[in-house]
Amino acid sequence: MFKIITVIIVTFLLSVTSYADTDGSNELSKNNIETKDCFEKINRGVFVFNQAVNDVIFEPLAKGYRKLPSPVRTGTSNALSNLSILLTLPNNILQGDILLAGKNSLRFVINTTVGILGIFDPASKVGLNEYQSEDFGQTLGRWGIGEGCYIVLPVLGPSTLRDATGSIGNYIGGDAWYNVTVRNDTRYFSNFDYYASKGMGGVDFIAKNLGALDNLEENSIDFYASVKSLYLQDRRKRIINTDEIIETFDDSDWEEIETQ
Amino acid sequence: MVKKIFKISFILFLIFQTKSLAINPSDFVQSTVNKASDILKQNISKEEKMKKIELIAEKVVDIKGIAFYSLGSHRKSLSTEKKEEYFKVFKKYFLKSFSSRLAQYSDPKIKVGSQKKINEKYTIVSSILLATEKTPEVKLDWRIVTKNIDNPLIIDVVIEGVSLARVQREEFNSIVQNKNIDELINNLREFANK
Repeated sequence: MFKIITVIIVTFLLSVTSYADTDGSNELSKNNIETKDCFEKINRGVFVFNQAVNDVIFEPLAKGYRKLPSPVRTGTSNALSNLSILLTLPNNILQGDILLAGKNSLRFVINTTVGILGIFDPASKVGLNEYQSEDFGQTLGRWGIGEGCYIVLPVLGPSTLRDATGSIGNYIGGDAWYNVTVRNDTRYFSNFDYYASKGMGGVDFIAKNLGALDNLEENSIDFYASVKSLYLQDRRKRIINTDEIIETFDDSDWEEIETQ
Repeated sequence: MVKKIFKISFILFLIFQTKSLAINPSDFVQSTVNKASDILKQNISKEEKMKKIELIAEKVVDIKGIAFYSLGSHRKSLSTEKKEEYFKVFKKYFLKSFSSRLAQYSDPKIKVGSQKKINEKYTIVSSILLATEKTPEVKLDWRIVTKNIDNPLIIDVVIEGVSLARVQREEFNSIVQNKNIDELINNLREFANK
């Protein structure tokens, strides 16, 4: 019974803003896309909590991490990126990108072996340099499922109901790295390896964007809304998998401005 | 005969005059980036850098366009007086915010690449902010208003697919929706005066 109610609630919330479809680029060119912030008060509360966690834990770690020699940081970043291929692969297949799945598999094999557990990136030197990570949220987006409400998860940060629902896929067998560390009892890896890699991924991201994030906060009059916009725009771009310029203006908007 | 030559010369003059005034959007971005970079390289205080950048921004950015784009649909419901009040405060806010964002870079290396004409009004110029020891390479696209080809203006910078104008629009929208336009103007004023 509880499961049925959960499914009904999730379906309702996901349908609140259902705009994405397989032709995402067309939709993105429209300017009136607005993701509902159904739980704004709660989200803002969690956002403040996350900022405190960031200030006390992640930012000091990221500052320390940035002091490490550049080859160490690059190696860490490469190894984390290599691990993320394990989650990308099933999503490449589910999105119908079979050729890309083949390329990413080859990239993983080369970097894990020749590149010593992904620390080095020899695959890029043989032409396999266009890697973009994928997750189950992106796959749901490619399948035409709308973002649903915007939510802020404790510690994990911005998400949408669709993306949060998608991440369930990681824990029910969709992420091979999770399977060999947490889900199955293997001799070689432990739960610690999984959570350490996830935590390190967060630190690596913050370290790379430290100045930019501080700058954004300093120059925002509503930092919460800025982060929300950044997250949603970035996710939309990742779902359509393009380097093409996404239309952020539309002509009708400009026409109105001209008549001011 | 003299009249004819005079006529042809006059027409040729007009053609060349018009062509010589047209500014290529890529060259415009490159020149703007070079000017900003020259300032950021100088051994002067952050405040001095900001003042100099503000002077450039006033000439190369379509501040009015950004101001009203940022208001979104709320601009339709404003009186002329309110619009004037908003724009006056926005301009101060924008110049401060823009120059402060740029002043964090000490010597940015930007490589300007191709350009793509979207329509008669806009051209997108692509560029790359080159990687440094601590930061990765960043893709920057500049949306240039080319309605007046003699005076192109920047209206948006898209960083790795994220439009800064859109971020600002959603930020403003959040304040107006949760409070009202007066609160937005107050926030902008506070920011500009701090």
